[in-house]
Amino acid sequence: MLGYIAKRLISAVPVLFGLSVIVFAIMALIPGDPATAILGAYATPENVERINRDLGLDRSLPEQYFAWITNVLQGDFGRSFRLNRPVLDEILERYSATLVLAGTSLVICSILGLLAGIVSAVRQFGWADRIITFFVLIGISMPAFWLGLLLILVFAVQWRLLPASGMYAIYGGGDLPDLLRHMILPATTLAVVATGVIARLTRAAMLEVLRQDFVRTARAKGLDERTVIYKHAFKAAFVSVIPVIGIQAGFVLGGAVYIETVFQWPGIGQMLVNAISTRDILLVQGGVLFVAASYVLFNLAADVFQALLDPRLKS
Amino acid sequence: MSQLQAATTSPATSSRLSSWSLLLNNRLATGGLIILGLIALLAILAPILPLDDPNATSPADRLQPPLTEGHLLGTDQLGRDVLSRLIWGSQISIAVGLAATAIAALFGSIIGLVAGYAGGRTDNVMMRGIDMLMAFPYILLALAIVAVLGPSLINALYAIAIVNIPFFARNVRGVTVGLVSREFVDAARLSGKGHASILFTEVLPGVLPVIVITMSTTVGWMILETAGLSFLGLGAQPPQADLGSMLGEGRRVLFTAPHVSVIPGLMIFALVMSINLLGDGVRDVLDPRLRAGDLTRPRSMTRLERRSKPEPRIETDAILDVQGLETSFQKGRKTVPAVKDISFSLKKGECLGLIGESGSGKSVTALSLLGLVASPPGMITNGAVYIEGEDVFSRTETGVRALRGSKVAYVFQDPLTTLHPLFKVGDQIAEAILAHRRINRSEARSRALELMEKVGIRDAKERVDAFPHEMSGGQRQRIGIAMALANDPDIIIADEPTTALDVTVQARILDLLQDLRRERGMALLLITHDFGVVAQVCDRVAVMKDGDIVEAGITGEVLADPQHAYTRKLIACVPEIGQGKAFLEGLRPLFAEKQP
Repeated sequence: MLGYIAKRLISAVPVLFGLSVIVFAIMALIPGDPATAILGAYATPENVERINRDLGLDRSLPEQYFAWITNVLQGDFGRSFRLNRPVLDEILERYSATLVLAGTSLVICSILGLLAGIVSAVRQFGWADRIITFFVLIGISMPAFWLGLLLILVFAVQWRLLPASGMYAIYGGGDLPDLLRHMILPATTLAVVATGVIARLTRAAMLEVLRQDFVRTARAKGLDERTVIYKHAFKAAFVSVIPVIGIQAGFVLGGAVYIETVFQWPGIGQMLVNAISTRDILLVQGGVLFVAASYVLFNLAADVFQALLDPRLKS
Repeated sequence: MSQLQAATTSPATSSRLSSWSLLLNNRLATGGLIILGLIALLAILAPILPLDDPNATSPADRLQPPLTEGHLLGTDQLGRDVLSRLIWGSQISIAVGLAATAIAALFGSIIGLVAGYAGGRTDNVMMRGIDMLMAFPYILLALAIVAVLGPSLINALYAIAIVNIPFFARNVRGVTVGLVSREFVDAARLSGKGHASILFTEVLPGVLPVIVITMSTTVGWMILETAGLSFLGLGAQPPQADLGSMLGEGRRVLFTAPHVSVIPGLMIFALVMSINLLGDGVRDVLDPRLRAGDLTRPRSMTRLERRSKPEPRIETDAILDVQGLETSFQKGRKTVPAVKDISFSLKKGECLGLIGESGSGKSVTALSLLGLVASPPGMITNGAVYIEGEDVFSRTETGVRALRGSKVAYVFQDPLTTLHPLFKVGDQIAEAILAHRRINRSEARSRALELMEKVGIRDAKERVDAFPHEMSGGQRQRIGIAMALANDPDIIIADEPTTALDVTVQARILDLLQDLRRERGMALLLITHDFGVVAQVCDRVAVMKDGDIVEAGITGEVLADPQHAYTRKLIACVPEIGQGKAFLEGLRPLFAEKQP
């Protein structure tokens, strides 16, 4: 197992390298020059030149990449000129807020999606299947940002049950119950689409597995239907759904961009949207790289988990 | 992926007309088509509909609620007519979604075609690049691209298109790889066609269904995600407005005038949902595997639709007595019998060989005995199976389950697919015991170990924790037999137990079955296509052809004096050592009538 993990970690290195090149290249392609963005339209040529030299923009692209990646690997993502603080500090603070939200969502959508998918497959063509299929269809067609607004209208404005925005109450909040209260609406919104996708694929995987020879063997042994479905069929189906959950992590992390904007959640998505509109390049660069890298590592963890359950994958 | 490949490697033979009627048969898809058609019609007709100017502001009329005189859906924060903006905004959103889909499909398909066709290093480099794009969380890459290009609708369109290229590239490559190795592509190459010409005239038509499926499943996302970017203020810039930017602007007056943001959101939802409904319908039509209904869940027991109700009990000295068994398969609306009027019996300790070519119905017969034929499409349409004089199908499902694995046990053909790949073999054997006996786990486990030793697995102590894939074919089949022996059954039904094994292992497995039968007095129903096996093991034999038993009798007598022409052929097919070419010479006249 350790060997397998090491192998997967090594195979992630070129992917991470590729990510960093893409992120760097995207940012290097930005039209207009950062100096003007920082200094404003009325900057003197001397100041522009000085800024360019400070930022290393007078050097060749490979040199710039090398300088940038060396710093990044040492934890130096540069300084955000709008916020006037190190990019890494800002990212870490924001990312922890995103992780709390996205992580909760991922747990919700995995559990609900798997359950709904199993029930749907077991009761295929029955009313439970129809109802679930109907909700799945609504879920995967739902603009999450719109659903967020609807939930705010109903639960925060109409019924005044839950807070509409933020992560903590401004006065007297800050504890766990307060966090949970603030998290219900955004986490639910964020989970809806992914729940639909996971439910759909779990249903398909279960139906596929229930046709396999080893399920017939389980029946031929005289096992009861519960054991056949929830032990034999589900384990095989679950193994094939794990990578899907890994991919959904990407959609949840990406979807956080909308949800954090709608609910004013102080996470990295909201930070990125703000940074893009203020053209705070280093912040965008660092944020995108950080989230993408964490997504790669998350998928790696999903692969390892899959291999733990399916010994065939290790060899 | 594999689904898509399966879908398209067999070229769609149905005419366009029948595809359409299939699509319209799907009620959900038709619903989607109608909603989408209505929205599209409104959007197309926007210039000639009697609508207000979508950008004409009128501060005096701001934030009018829906159903106001002159403003059916009210006005927004600048007094603009929401209905007019909604229809014009839909036009933009649909156009942008379609354009993004077209761009993603074009570039993604070209990458997929070239990578799949060229193979080797080109393929490797291109697909690694695609993997790299997919390593980004979906929307994040679009954000980064918009960050570079600057916020605008056209840049959002590019960003969404680029993010979706990998889906097309991967699906198209998968199918292309399959097509390139086919004969017609070789033929085109030999006829001197150039690469580009082969790609576009030979390969592309085979790939088109995948492109269409991918388009129909991604266009909804693309509309949704461009609307999302506009919602964030990174897409359409005022005064231009798509549905997403209407929603984003309306958000500012959410508490005072919710209709301004709720209405465009509802439109996005309706649009995306109708496209998804239609997309699912298109996929079902183009994917023959789904169309055939292969993926219906099999029930725990074969359906019973017996024409007549036989006696639930009879007096018999046979341990297994099959009378007039008929098992059918549902094909569309028709019910086609697979085996008809099957009758045979098996006495205690006896071995009966059921022999026939593949497709003759011998496996269906074997599985029918305890209702293990997958259903749908299978069902028992007539007859009875008496075990110790009691009809299996007159029992409840629980009653049948009590027989399975305890009184009657199965050994299946291919132990690689019939053993559960994710459970240790020892646990699988123990589970068979625990299904019928109330003993604790460690007892079951030590019993499993004994069984493994019994069936001749060396170092059973270590192998008990092995997974099926870690064993050889012969060992796996021994596990299958150990599992069958778990509850000391009276009858073992072995369905081609040696077919997946090589010859030397075959002989050993047969010996093992033979020894166990003598030692424990079990009856054995052996299904095979090999008369050599029957001659070696069975007391009696029944010959099956096209779902019928055409001849039955004592093995020695049937071998010495076969009555049916088909039996003679089967016997002739067993080669003898040292016969050489004479074997084939001898066979030829028997099969001569088959030649035109």
